[in-house]
Amino acid sequence: MLNLRDLHARVGDREILRGLSLEVPAGEVHAIMGPNGAGKSTLSYVLTGRPGYDVTAGSAELDGVDLLGLEADERAARGLFLSFQYPLEIPGVPALTFIRSALNAQRKARGEPEVSAPEFLKRARSFAAELKMDFDMLKRPLNVGFSGGEKKRMEILQMALLSPRFMILDETDSGLDIDALRIVSEGVNALRAPERSMLVITHYQRLLDYIRPDRVHVLAAGRIVASGGPELALELERDGYDKYARAA
Amino acid sequence: MVAVKDTVDQVAGLEKYEHGFVTEIEQEFAPRGLSRETVAFISQKKDEPAWMLEWRLEAFERWSAMGSPDWARVSFPPIDYQDATYYAAPKAKDGPASLDEVDPEILKTYEKLGIPLREQEVLAGVTGAPRYAVDAVFDSVSVVTTFKKELAEAGVIFCSMSEAVREHPDLVRKYLGTVVPVSDNFFACLNSAVFSDGSFVYVPPGVRCPMELSTYFRINAAGSGQFERTLIIADRGSYVSYLEGCTAPMRDENQLHAAVVELVALEDAEIKYSTVQNWYPGDPETGKGGIYNFVTKRADCRGDRSRVSWTQVETGSAITWKYPSCVLRGRDSVGEFYSIAITNGRQQADTGTKMIHLGEGTRSRVISKGISAGRSSNTYRGLVSAHPKAKGARNFTQCDSLLIGKTCAAHTVPYIEARNGACTFEHEATTTRLSEDQLFYARQRGLPEEEAVQLLVNGFVRDVLQELPMEFAVEAQKLVAISLEGSVG
Repeated sequence: MLNLRDLHARVGDREILRGLSLEVPAGEVHAIMGPNGAGKSTLSYVLTGRPGYDVTAGSAELDGVDLLGLEADERAARGLFLSFQYPLEIPGVPALTFIRSALNAQRKARGEPEVSAPEFLKRARSFAAELKMDFDMLKRPLNVGFSGGEKKRMEILQMALLSPRFMILDETDSGLDIDALRIVSEGVNALRAPERSMLVITHYQRLLDYIRPDRVHVLAAGRIVASGGPELALELERDGYDKYARAA
Repeated sequence: MVAVKDTVDQVAGLEKYEHGFVTEIEQEFAPRGLSRETVAFISQKKDEPAWMLEWRLEAFERWSAMGSPDWARVSFPPIDYQDATYYAAPKAKDGPASLDEVDPEILKTYEKLGIPLREQEVLAGVTGAPRYAVDAVFDSVSVVTTFKKELAEAGVIFCSMSEAVREHPDLVRKYLGTVVPVSDNFFACLNSAVFSDGSFVYVPPGVRCPMELSTYFRINAAGSGQFERTLIIADRGSYVSYLEGCTAPMRDENQLHAAVVELVALEDAEIKYSTVQNWYPGDPETGKGGIYNFVTKRADCRGDRSRVSWTQVETGSAITWKYPSCVLRGRDSVGEFYSIAITNGRQQADTGTKMIHLGEGTRSRVISKGISAGRSSNTYRGLVSAHPKAKGARNFTQCDSLLIGKTCAAHTVPYIEARNGACTFEHEATTTRLSEDQLFYARQRGLPEEEAVQLLVNGFVRDVLQELPMEFAVEAQKLVAISLEGSVG
């Protein structure tokens, strides 16, 4: 599914990714852990095509298609979704309007028919209920005045409605209390499927108790320095990142 | 939601200024230049009574002694007022009595602009077609006014200004120039001397006007200006909603549009006045051509508990200089101003409002959304004042500016004068740049750049769009999208 080879990327003059290689097969959930400043968020922005994050070498493919040559919205239409660490507020645009416009833009790009309003609303109601969100919140301008936890739920709701094939969750656990973490994780787990993959970026093992990864990778100083099974996350939680930070 | 979607679909493939065509018809002009003779020519063309001509001539004398105002944040070379034509009209026999007598070329023009002039078609109604009366003004004359009969049954007078001067002289004499005095300002004074057609509306006491009224202004002739004059009177306890739209051909020369609009609301009356202004803005690269939109609009809330709301969507014109205002004279009267002003390319706008609180317990509300893109300049200029007698006056003003790109400018110039201690004025203002972060967020969700910008901008102007009559809100939203096309990237 996702295939990254020797990826180098810079922001301004600083090289942040320095030869990152990673393979995430279809149906798997991979966790990326690492100290602050290791390049975790940069990786998510490089993959989704944020302006200002320049790839200087290497390749990134989704299902064999070169992602780097595509605009951010074209990547989204191919099924790439990023759950933001800090979701943006969009004044004056109701959440439902925003998501439906995005969904139909994606469908148009893929040559699919638009989703009808009643059908869309039905789905939105059902996912909102699963995420224990008040449906009226979806009629309000997207994320404006929402709490940190509400914004994260809104990210997962968007993810469910857009139904992407490859999902990147950037620090989805930050700002969530234990109950919200459980609800959000259940929402994410419900999206696990044989044809879908996920990259879960996190500082802490805690989230991985809820979203069980197939593989865990340690990102330090811009490259993957260790990979293993779920037990690697436990080891990191116990010993910290020192060993890897030095190795890098 | 549907409107947003609609916007997005419609925008693809549209020309930047889609109303820029010229209608080829035979027209009649006043001799070039401005003199007492020109004024007399216009008055005679309109078959006016002597008092009207005297009024015009007095205005002309006063105007001759005045200078062009220079306080606005706009710049343009001096205008040679002798090098313009002050009257242009389609050649017709005694003014068309019905639609069948109107030049088919003119009908075609309005059809192309999407303005419904054929009552029967409007009545037969494609489902959901808006049903509103239209006064169509082509250069200096009104070519047709629809639904007059149906409106007359309700007692509502809706006709061109020229007709009103002839048919309803008492009403015209009683109210004309009482809201905007002849010598109020340079452009209003010029208008008073040479005004051509605009609309006249009178709604009798207690009548709720049975449909939306609208005037569609079209400048067609080259080398001419348009000087429309509109007067709306809402008598005691009546209600009327009125909308005006404006377009012009693309020309390399600047054309002057100096209009005067006067609104009078008597006791318990309400007037809603909406404008969708889309005059040709000039060439976005060179700044060549475009309309100078120098307009004086004022409402007099003369009666107690009267209410006037101005809603404007200003997207066109090379230069916009207009301040639709409310004189809140009646006790507990209410004035509102909702504005979206968009400038792109080389456009300049200096626009805002004046809320003048004279009566006790008067209230006003100002919501202004300015959007600047390209190399344009956009200024909000607003006055809120309370006179010593206006105890308990309240105003809330919110001015938001949005910048797109790095070469445009936005300014906010509020003037606040409270001459008594018992009034409450609130002023909030923000200026933000269209955020790269928001744009990326929307694009990550799958929205292409232009659609993402439109969605964010629609969100920014939503409070004001909601104030427009439904069918026009959709139009306005499309216009917002079109006028910002190509402003990013």
